Amino acid sequence: MDAQTESEGGRQSGRLGGEPTLSAHGITKDFGVLRANDNVDFSIMPGEIHALLGENGAGKSTLVKILYGALQPTAGEIRWKSSPVVIPNPAAARRLGIGMVFQHFSLFDALTVAENIALALANAGAMGQLKERITKVSAEYGLPLNPDSIIADLSVGERQRVEIVRCLLQEPRLIIMDEPTSVLTPQEADDLFVTLKRLASEGCSVLYISHRLEEVRAICHHATILRHGKVVAECDPQQETAARLASLMVGAEVRELTPPEPVSETAPVRLSVKGLSNPKPHPFAVALDNISLEVRGGEIVSIAGVAGNGQDEFFDVLSGEARAAQGSIAIDGVDCRRSGVNARRRLNAAFVPEERLGHGAVPRFRLSENVVLTRHGTREGLVRSGVVNFAGGRAIVGRVTEAFDVRKGAPDPEASALSGGNLQKFVVGREYDRKPGVFVVSQPTWGVDAGAATTIRQALVDLARAGSAVLVISQDLDEILEISDRVAVISHGRLSTPRDAREITRAEIGLLMTGISGDGQGGKVAH
Amino acid sequence: MAVLSPVIAIALTVFTGFFIFLAVGVDPFEALYVYFVEPLTQWWTVQELLVKAVPIILIAIGLSLCYRSNTWNIGAEGQLVAGAIAGSVFPVLVPEWNGPLVLPVMLLMGIAGGMLYAAIPALLKTRFGTNEILTSLMLVYVAQLFVDWLARGPWRNPEGHNFPDSRPFDGWQVLPVIVGDDVRINAIFVLIAVVVAWFVLKRTLTGFQISVLGQAPRAAAFAGFSQKRMVLLTFLISGGLAGLAGICEVAGPIGMLRTTVSPGYGFTAIIVAFLGRLNPVGILFAGLLLALSYMGGEGVQIALNISDQITRVFQGLLLFFVLTCDTFIFYRLRFVPARSAPRAAGEVSHGSA
Repeated sequence: MDAQTESEGGRQSGRLGGEPTLSAHGITKDFGVLRANDNVDFSIMPGEIHALLGENGAGKSTLVKILYGALQPTAGEIRWKSSPVVIPNPAAARRLGIGMVFQHFSLFDALTVAENIALALANAGAMGQLKERITKVSAEYGLPLNPDSIIADLSVGERQRVEIVRCLLQEPRLIIMDEPTSVLTPQEADDLFVTLKRLASEGCSVLYISHRLEEVRAICHHATILRHGKVVAECDPQQETAARLASLMVGAEVRELTPPEPVSETAPVRLSVKGLSNPKPHPFAVALDNISLEVRGGEIVSIAGVAGNGQDEFFDVLSGEARAAQGSIAIDGVDCRRSGVNARRRLNAAFVPEERLGHGAVPRFRLSENVVLTRHGTREGLVRSGVVNFAGGRAIVGRVTEAFDVRKGAPDPEASALSGGNLQKFVVGREYDRKPGVFVVSQPTWGVDAGAATTIRQALVDLARAGSAVLVISQDLDEILEISDRVAVISHGRLSTPRDAREITRAEIGLLMTGISGDGQGGKVAH
Repeated sequence: MAVLSPVIAIALTVFTGFFIFLAVGVDPFEALYVYFVEPLTQWWTVQELLVKAVPIILIAIGLSLCYRSNTWNIGAEGQLVAGAIAGSVFPVLVPEWNGPLVLPVMLLMGIAGGMLYAAIPALLKTRFGTNEILTSLMLVYVAQLFVDWLARGPWRNPEGHNFPDSRPFDGWQVLPVIVGDDVRINAIFVLIAVVVAWFVLKRTLTGFQISVLGQAPRAAAFAGFSQKRMVLLTFLISGGLAGLAGICEVAGPIGMLRTTVSPGYGFTAIIVAFLGRLNPVGILFAGLLLALSYMGGEGVQIALNISDQITRVFQGLLLFFVLTCDTFIFYRLRFVPARSAPRAAGEVSHGSA
């Protein structure tokens, strides 16, 4: 194995040398007629932080599942340190020395850290010894954990530490991390990078899957880019711009957004929330605490925050699916705290929830039926004397398809037949088509390809420009900073005082994510 | 597959029945003929079949609305009995009243009785979150015991030589026959119910709400549909239809209020609802099939000396196979060979990186 350069400071040109820890040759995976991976070749060197880039649907998850033993390739070979291997299941992957940290954690909220880790290890040993190992290893890598804490009490960043420590206890030579920073505050992400560099300097490789191109450029030594199941490029991300990486991922120039215009101070307040509080609907939910917010016509206000800080609960109270115990909500000046969801729609408000399948749309219903789902109560003639006018629904589907370029195959397919990006365009377009005066959307471009994401964001900007009040709840800071006029942060059910998007910094947002005091300012000190 | 599944389930039931008859010691071909085919060969047995099918289909239509919206009314049998009791109030207590208005009043009271009885588990669910499967089922036994007591006790026919039945219904109090000797006007009620149910489910907002609530509860909340209101509505509808079936049985084929007013129609209707895939037209055909299974049971008892409980066995098997085959609408069975050695794509030269 070649000597490594220092972890901070000087960059090596070309790749780290030596025998690859893992290499894939000609990996192909078919699901029926769909070829998810097409003759993929790539290799990971020891001590390398290797980025795997690609849009949703490019084949990254499939490839990773094959490496981890959850899927078998249709053809192709995997080599571990130059010897061919077959990885029939995740336990075999772990025995080889491959560890994986998933995007969605598999932790039991009601158990302790040590208990969760014991469940995952093949030979956990005595509990006392395990706890010592946990304390030692977690401290060594800069991710200190108390083995007796209960998962439910931990922050998302701390929970991720549990997942990572669980991996590290098995002494891996390769750690696969799937979208690790999507659930972290900026400061927590920085801490993670320190840990990853430490691991790399010890010769452990990291396969890093992420959408966040700036991060990839900051810490990864090498990148493989997938598109439509094939490897289209390999490069050193440090030598490329984010725009170049994005265009390699998408295969074309990525459209620029026409930026929002500044908002006049005299524009009327269209959505007003005062002193909104609500207890937890169930033990693992978040209570809302004295939330106040005003959105004027023509402006886009975004609420940033790591998942699990009250976004769902706040959305449900805004849409009318849940009633707040205290506080008031007014749409265009009309008090609607006691009104249900359709009454608020009749006040010309529109809502797009985070989960498009199962909440925003019924998966096995046709698109025309899904139009009726949210627009039956808005006096548009979709329901006459109790009879549903599905032809009217189909007409709306046609309009939305045109306006938002929804690719759907058949004229009126089931919602579950559409890809994530196209379904999201439909769900947003269905509400946009009503020209709502107040538009509340949660995670507008989660899991959506770059082209559809741009279309959706442009629609939000256009809506604001036409005079509507737009409220966006999002975990994507880049998106928020791109389109918003003002930004607030939600943390533990509290909302910070909104600040101008052009003035607030990522560091300040990160601080607010860790805690907000009663006066809407950051309360806690970042660690 | 959605259409094929009930057909395969029926085939599997017949197939299993073949072996059951074999095990019991009779000629399986003859038994299957007597069970499934003979009842269709004579006019009087066909009428009997229709008479049995009518209450089952009527109840199953109501149950299908419940089940589609994820509300589990298992107490249709009790609601049937409640309707029979409520509808019999006038003929039993005021037997002199015999005019053209009696029957409509009886039918309306039967519907009301079924609805009120169904409202009990519905309100327990919406108010207290009580599981409606348990409450509706337990109320079945309450109703059955109550009607038994009524028929033996306060409502017993004083001129009936101490037999535990009420006075027989008379004249206008009896459900009129419209076809042959046995098929009565409740057959028309069934056809109306099938058409109305089909229309409601396919075209109206109520039918839309039922489907959404059953498939995607969160989307239903997002649409402003209330699960609680639907629980009440579907229980009342299915209770009313079961009550109507009950009073029609009492005022029709039975002709009086007896200690038992139904051979388990309320439970058979559950099987019919699923066999018909919760679809009104499917239920129509499924009801005819299950009525056939009742006839077959009587037939093999008379001809081959097999207990008529064989009917229960067949109905149970059918429900089991229907639910199993339904799984295959969404999942396919595939045998995947375990991978033993690595396969290379084309020629791969070993030893190169």
